[in-house]
Amino acid sequence: MSAALESRGLGRGIETCGAWLLAVIWILPLVYAAWTAVHPTAYSAHFVLDAPLTADNFARAWDAAPFARFFLNTVLLVSMTLAAQLVLCTLAAYAFARFAFFGREVMFLLVLVQLMIMPDVLIVENYRTMNALGIVDSILAIGLPYMASAFGIFLLRQTFKTVPAELDDAARVEGANFLQLLWKVYVPLARPTYIAYGLVSVSYHWNNFLWPLIITNSVTTRPITVGLQVFSSVDQGIDWSIITAATLMTSAPLLVAFLLFQRQFVQSFMRAGIR
Amino acid sequence: MNRANMHVWGWLLLLPAAALLALFTHYPALATILHSLYSTARPNRPSRFIGLDQYATMLDDPVFHQVLWNNTIFALGTIPASIALALLMAVWVNDRLAGRGFLRLAYFTPTILPMIAVANIWMFFYTPDYGLVDQIAGLFGFARHNWLGSRDTVLGCLIVLTIWKEAGFFMIFYLAALQQMPPNLAEAAALEGASRWTFFRRVTFPLVMPTTLFVLINAVINSFRLVDHIVAMTKGGPDNASSLLLYYIFEVGFKYWDTGYAAALTVVLLALLAGLATAQFLYLDKRVHYR
Repeated sequence: MSAALESRGLGRGIETCGAWLLAVIWILPLVYAAWTAVHPTAYSAHFVLDAPLTADNFARAWDAAPFARFFLNTVLLVSMTLAAQLVLCTLAAYAFARFAFFGREVMFLLVLVQLMIMPDVLIVENYRTMNALGIVDSILAIGLPYMASAFGIFLLRQTFKTVPAELDDAARVEGANFLQLLWKVYVPLARPTYIAYGLVSVSYHWNNFLWPLIITNSVTTRPITVGLQVFSSVDQGIDWSIITAATLMTSAPLLVAFLLFQRQFVQSFMRAGIR
Repeated sequence: MNRANMHVWGWLLLLPAAALLALFTHYPALATILHSLYSTARPNRPSRFIGLDQYATMLDDPVFHQVLWNNTIFALGTIPASIALALLMAVWVNDRLAGRGFLRLAYFTPTILPMIAVANIWMFFYTPDYGLVDQIAGLFGFARHNWLGSRDTVLGCLIVLTIWKEAGFFMIFYLAALQQMPPNLAEAAALEGASRWTFFRRVTFPLVMPTTLFVLINAVINSFRLVDHIVAMTKGGPDNASSLLLYYIFEVGFKYWDTGYAAALTVVLLALLAGLATAQFLYLDKRVHYR
């Protein structure tokens, strides 16, 4: 907004105070969690400046459950899902953007159905299907329902449609076939969209919980969110310091990545949101 | 490429994605309708066709009525509040107030944390006696209260947590819309001597209306889709006071293993989402005509 409407002394001062107050309220739960995690249990709800710092809670949480394995499972899940999504969505989006095939409009509407009816709500039937396929309790089964992503197809189709036809023609004159065209022209031009979609997808699947909870039941398949829930509900009783330490630990990779690439994250989410 | 090749290659490129979508979105959506007409298979009694019996059971099921009511309250409690806060946050962050980097960080951070982690942290706030809420209330002389253990407060606690988690996410969409607003609008308004409130009410708010509708639809979907915090914090209790429709489906399907009834409940959820999709479609249709 222009400087003209901004600078209005008192009103602006009040607004700045309001904005900061809201920000402090918003960040407080995390600051609080961090406080609990780095202090001995006795200080978990006792705020004094000279409280001793400790990394003990993290060490105890790490030893109390196979978190290394949970992390590995999540990394496998997230990278497998994203890789499949990128390939499948690129091909489908290319078809929708550049091939006038029979039934294109109907198929596109059928793809968009998934924006409303997400795999998240089809848990009962998808469990039945996984059971029939014999892959219950596998990392593949967690990611499979999400691999053909309507959101990804939609986003990439919009981007591909903005590629100028002249570029298309020029490459064709050079003798490129349409798969080379996709790889050499469309994919590089859609880079920002890929980054945006990638970040949204990674944070979605890193955080996903209900479906992984249903479809997994062993240490070798459970992702970090399910591992955390099993850990905090069964093993720990009410030792909040350890639970918050484990909680921060599970969110740490995303949180650190977010703090480092904050602008990129926010812009990616923005890009993904503009339709 | 000739015309026939165009059709063949178009379909071949689409096929892998279409097959997976059909298997894990379209098939289950249709299969759940079919399966809702059959009884749940038990060891001594195979599944058989029972027509609409599951739905008759549903009409008489007090828990079903309760979760629908809870879901309505939950949606009404979370959606308007988080949308209003999101818009406020976006205006502030967009406005180059002092420290806007920190403001944006603070508002957005809850969005990227797993709901399950957030629920763990907030559970401690709501703990009787030791929890932050009781400690602060204690300073003002209020008696201790079992926030998550009482029928009257449990849903409210989940609503507050959800608003905190979602507002920053919706802020992003508003921020995108605000940044596309032409700056000369504000300059013109300043020349006219319009107050900031007038400008917001007469210019900003109408201009971001499409974003509001987009966010609204996402918020409604989320209120039916997200139950992670219920699993972590309350398990739907006490006495189903905090159970939502999807959580009830999860309970019926995977705790009582009554898959027939769970299928029927899923049909209700799908019908709600389909209704929402139709409403959105009709609205978008209208918007196209306006142009």
